[in-house]
Order: sequence, then C-alpha cells, then structure tokens
Amino acid sequence: MRKEALSKGTIYVLLSLGAILMLLPFVWMISTSLKAPNEVMAMPPVWIPSEWQFENYSSASEAAPFGTYFFNSIIVTVLTTIGELLTTILAAYAFSRINFHGKGVVFAVLLGTMMVPGEMLLIPNFVTVSNLGWIDSYEGLVIPWIASIFSIFLLRQYFFSVPQELSYAAKVDGCSDFKFLWYVMVPLAKPALITIALLKIIGSWNAFLWPLIVTNSQELRTLPVGLSAFTTEAGIKYELLMAASTMVILPMLLLFFVMQKYVISGVARSGLKG
Amino acid sequence: MQKPTWKSTLKGYLYLLPALLILIVFSIYPIIKSFLMSFYTDYDFFNDTVNAYGFENFTKLFQDPNFITALKNTGIFVIGVVPLSIIISLAIAVLLNSKIKLSGFFRTIYFLPFVTSVVAVAIVWSWIFHSDYGLLNYALGLFGIDPINWLTNPTYAMPALIILSIWKGLGFNIIIFLAGLQNIGNQYYLAAKVDGASAWYRFKHITLPLLSPTMFFVSIISIINAFKVFDEIFALFNGRPGPANSALTVVYYVYQKFYEEWEFGLASAAAFVLFIIIFLFTIIQLIVGKKFVHYN
Repeated sequence: MRKEALSKGTIYVLLSLGAILMLLPFVWMISTSLKAPNEVMAMPPVWIPSEWQFENYSSASEAAPFGTYFFNSIIVTVLTTIGELLTTILAAYAFSRINFHGKGVVFAVLLGTMMVPGEMLLIPNFVTVSNLGWIDSYEGLVIPWIASIFSIFLLRQYFFSVPQELSYAAKVDGCSDFKFLWYVMVPLAKPALITIALLKIIGSWNAFLWPLIVTNSQELRTLPVGLSAFTTEAGIKYELLMAASTMVILPMLLLFFVMQKYVISGVARSGLKG
Repeated sequence: MQKPTWKSTLKGYLYLLPALLILIVFSIYPIIKSFLMSFYTDYDFFNDTVNAYGFENFTKLFQDPNFITALKNTGIFVIGVVPLSIIISLAIAVLLNSKIKLSGFFRTIYFLPFVTSVVAVAIVWSWIFHSDYGLLNYALGLFGIDPINWLTNPTYAMPALIILSIWKGLGFNIIIFLAGLQNIGNQYYLAAKVDGASAWYRFKHITLPLLSPTMFFVSIISIINAFKVFDEIFALFNGRPGPANSALTVVYYVYQKFYEEWEFGLASAAAFVLFIIIFLFTIIQLIVGKKFVHYN
C-alpha cells in the first residue's frame, strides 16, 4: 500500500493546534473571570490566576440583575421549547398520517416561507406584537417562536418511517387518532423530538435581536440582552464582563457535552435537506 | 392512504391549527406586510396608519451613502468569510475523517462555538482584540508586530469581525462536510489505492467531485448566513456598527433605520433588498445545484 500523504502523527498535531485555537477564547474567558483586577491587565498574560477570585461572579450579579436575566432566559427557553414541540407534533402528524384537501398546497407554501430570511419579518412582527400589547412581556418573547417549519419538516420525515401497519392495527383495536399519536408515534419519535428540542433550546437561549427590540425594561431582559447592556455598564472591568459571559455560555456548553449526539445529528440532518 | 374526505380534511386542519395560526401570523402575514411596508412613504406607527405609498423608499435607499456602504461591507464580509471558512473546515473534516482515534473528541471541540451565544463570544473576542492588553496583540508582539487597534481602526474592524465569524461558524461546516465525506463509498478509495494513486490525486479526483453537492450546499448556506450578520457586530463594537461605519452591514442598516430612527418604510425597503439577494442565491442553489453538481 502506498504511503499516506500525512502521517498519523502529523494529523494529530494539526488537529490539536486547531483545537487549541478553538478552545483558547473559552479558556481565556474563564481564566480572566477568576482573576484579580491587577492580573487582568498583566503583560505577559497570566493564564492561571494566582488566587481564584470566585467573588467576581457574585460581583457581576450585584452590578447587574443577572439573576433576573437568567430566570427570564430559562422561562423563555422552556416555554418556547414546549410550545414548539406541541405544535410540531400535531402538524407533523397531520402532514404524515392524515389525508386532507389542500395538503400539498399548504405544505408547499410553508416550505416556500423557509426561504425568507427572518430579518425580513422583524419589522412587521414588531408592529404586530406592539398592536397586541406584547412589548415587554413574556408573550412577546415566546409566542412568535412556538412554531417552526423546519421542525415540522424534520418530524414529518421521521413519522413517515413509522410503519403504516401500526396505525391500522391501532385502529382495529379502537384506538383514536389522538391516542395513537400520543402513545405510539411520540414515544417512537423520541430521538427526533430530543433533537428538535435541543436545537430550539440552544436557539432561544442565544437569541438576541428579537429580545433586544421587544424588551424595554431590565425586568424582561434575557441573558444575551442583559449581557450586551452590561458591556456599557461594566466599563473596563473585564474580569466581571468575562464572569458574566461565562454565565451565559456555560449552560449551553454543559448541555452540549451531555447531549452532543442529538445536536450533531440534527445539524447534520439540516445539511441533508439541501 | 385513503382519499381525503371532508371529515379527514376537518381533522387535518384541526391538527394543523396551532402551528398554522402561529406561522400565518408571524411568518406568512409579515412576508406580505414587509413587502407592502417598503412602499409606505408616510407611516404613523403609533396609530398604525399609512398616509402615503410610493417608490420613494427605494430611490432614497440607493441614494443613501450609508446603504451603499452597508452593501459594500456586506459584500466584503461575505468574500472574507465564506471561501476561507470553507477551505479550513474542509481540511479539518478530511483530517477528522482519516480514521484516527479521538476523532469524536476533536469534532466536539470544533463544534463548541456553534452552541454558544454570539453576543457572549463576541464580547470575549473584543477582550482578545483589546489593543493594549489583548491576547492577539500580545501574540503578534512575539513576532515583532506592533499592536493593532483592531476595534477602533476602520481598516482592521472588518478583519476582526471576519476572524470572529470564521471561528464561530467552522463547526457547522465541519459537521456537514463530515456527513458528506462519510457518504462517499470506500470502494472508490480502495480502487484508486490499488491503481497506485497518490493521496492528493485521490482527494482531487474522488473526494472533491463526490463532495461537490455538499460543497455547494455549504457555500450557499454560508453566503446566506454571512449576508444576515448582525449580533456579532452589535456585541463586538458595543452597539455601534464599527468605527466610522466600517462594519455597517445590511441587517445593521435595517436595525438602525427601524429601531433607532423609526424609519419603518426605509427599513422595510432595505430588508426587501436583502431578501431579493438571498432569494437569488436560494434560486441558484435550486437550479444550478440540480444541474451541474456531481451527484452520487
């Protein structure tokens, strides 16, 4: 056999160098977040703080209401995720198991709207939400996001793979459509539902532009909006700014470490739709 | 499946109702509304009344030097991010695909930035880009390069934004490329190896052609995403579009006109231009993709 272009050793070295570059910002963030102010600006840079200043985290939380932001982010993330799962399950069932007039047209229109960039919907949605009186409210942060065409599409594909015979058998046994969906289809589609939920959790936790424009008061800010405001409030206190950034980033990193199989399979599938 | 009846139709729409209600109000109606709004020339937001329609928003838009700057900057950003990001992520994906141990571990690390808040990582990068105490200038200093004012010098603001965006988006491209690479049957490589083809020859004549649909998909998605850049800019330059508008992009322009200046008509017209650009790329993907790309 011919020699490979690169030896295994070279491949490891290249991949490790790349991995260090990818990790460096996170390491630097955590390192800075634990430093005393005099070490933050030290040159050459100090990587491991001489004394770990965990109180930077509480100082950041005192300087701005990060507890409130955190709570808001959790509420918004949980509600949008549950909402999207419910609307998606029902819609995907209709598209995969029920034959109705206009099904093809409705599905085509929905797929067509996927081509429209979300940024284009921003202004009219802002007008709608203000007309509904939902500015600065959980309704405004949650309700526009509890349905996703991409998720419906993904789950519909998954539902198709469930053998049709199952639903015939269920019908013979006198099981209603809704019961069949809830007790047979949903448990079978668990991997797809976990993927949809995780992508949604990551998306709403990190969402910025929409929460930025529909919240006015500090009480309703989510973490990214609060963090962005904090850059002005914190001034040049980088140790506090990095502590706050860590609070925003860490939950998603942990979630990803635990559930990465589902996240990556969902992303890979989003690539296959093209 | 049975033919649709009125009963099954009723049932079908009942199941669709929740999703459809949200999607009609917040996805379909705003598409039409956004198009109409771009023709509002005299709009009273507080009473939601339109006093005049016309094409003036579009003429005003293309006479606004800021919008031209935004278009230009967006173009530079796309050209700066997309090719580099594709080359780097393809190289990493090929390395990850070369049957090494720890491949999954490396994949996880490269993917990390993708799951993190753009705002938070942009703030971390703004600290790395700090002109006096930033990590990057320190590293450059080791090579004898003078400190660069990454975030305050208009020449370097765009490169800084590009570095951050490539770092952030690499993982996504790698995952898609890996999925594409794993779809290429091993028999091609075995046959080529038997014939004594070099690694580079195999990459050029097997991997690249068979990967072309994936490559095409990644390019279009990357272009579309690059056209929509906003969060990175807002967080990196602390709520400003870079020094001297050097990082003013189309979406940032829309945000400025809409949220800072309350020019709803003009902002909608700018958003509509963005839509047309993105729509063209989507159409190219649908047409060219089917025709010229080598499918397995």
